[in-house]
Amino acid sequence: MVKVIFRNAEWQIPGNITIRELITNLGLNPQSVLAVRDGKLVNNETRLGNQGEVKLISVVSGG
Amino acid sequence: MGVHRCRRCTADSVINMRQHRLALCEVHFVEWVENITFSFIKKHHMFEADDRILVAVSGGKDSLSLWRILLKLGFQADGLYIDLGIEAECSYSKRSGEYVEKFAQDIFPNVKLHVLDIADIYGKTIPEMAGRRKGGRKKFCSVCGLVKRHEMNRVARELGYTVVATGHNLDDEAAVLFGNVLHWEAEYLLRQSPVLPADGVGLVKRAKPLARFYERETAAYAIICNIEYIQDECPFSVGATSLRLKEVLNSMENGSPGTKLQFYFSFLRAKEHSLLPGYSRPELRPCEKCGQATGAPGLCAFCRLLEPARAASRRGQD
Repeated sequence: MVKVIFRNAEWQIPGNITIRELITNLGLNPQSVLAVRDGKLVNNETRLGNQGEVKLISVVSGG
Repeated sequence: MGVHRCRRCTADSVINMRQHRLALCEVHFVEWVENITFSFIKKHHMFEADDRILVAVSGGKDSLSLWRILLKLGFQADGLYIDLGIEAECSYSKRSGEYVEKFAQDIFPNVKLHVLDIADIYGKTIPEMAGRRKGGRKKFCSVCGLVKRHEMNRVARELGYTVVATGHNLDDEAAVLFGNVLHWEAEYLLRQSPVLPADGVGLVKRAKPLARFYERETAAYAIICNIEYIQDECPFSVGATSLRLKEVLNSMENGSPGTKLQFYFSFLRAKEHSLLPGYSRPELRPCEKCGQATGAPGLCAFCRLLEPARAASRRGQD
């Protein structure tokens, strides 16, 4: 399991899925978020793995 | 599926740009962004090494990334931060200003940063100005944009900058284009461009050197380069039309990589080949009050916005 953080929410997610699958499963668009693990940007095709934490960052801004 | 390798070396890639079929590692992505920005600046004749550039910095990922890139490329680029007075429950303007000042002090301590407070100059914050307008909160983003454009131009003129550079990315531009197409706003369509030349009646040249990049690429650049920026959205942007348009475009992009890129650049090419013949941009003239360029007779939109407050102030003095 790996800790996933997005905005003010946190989840424990099994680590056998990719970042892209995680983003899609959360109902988000892969175009709208980036994933950072331990402060480093990670590719959407990377598997979550079972250690550390993954933070999703919204990239959409404006008004 | 395994992790994509960087196209330029054997390292793991950190970003895969499906619209370019290009996956890159940190080092080569940063290099790619800076090289593409330089080419885009040259292609659109945005500015030269001897230009004095005023970069409008908001504390967000795009403008701070732009400032860093321009300085790295060796351009003379000073910053302008406009404090809009958006505090609400999250101290948005105060925190945005802190990110800008930290960037200027920590990363490029020798550059100049101009800080301007709207309430100090005009006696009203942006929420107060927008609140007085018909449409109130719904009009917030248009009032905010109007004031920012006016002030960027005013400061650039007064301090002798030859170009104002903003951090608009391709998603921003595609959303504006989408909105203008939905309403067939011909005059706005003709005006939309990565570079707007100086017009001789008070409008300083404006450039958008990052209009070639998707929003996730400018965010990736900021993260890789350890640029600390405000990640919260403006509290007044909730439900904004531009965000809904971006959502639609991103949904299309996800199913069909390259949709946004093609939409924007096909439009620019069509514009070069006389898109919308019969329409023309309105002739600009100086505003009677502030002297800045306007397409309207008499006062510009900014001075019309401020006129009720000025009139009330005059009545108070009588």
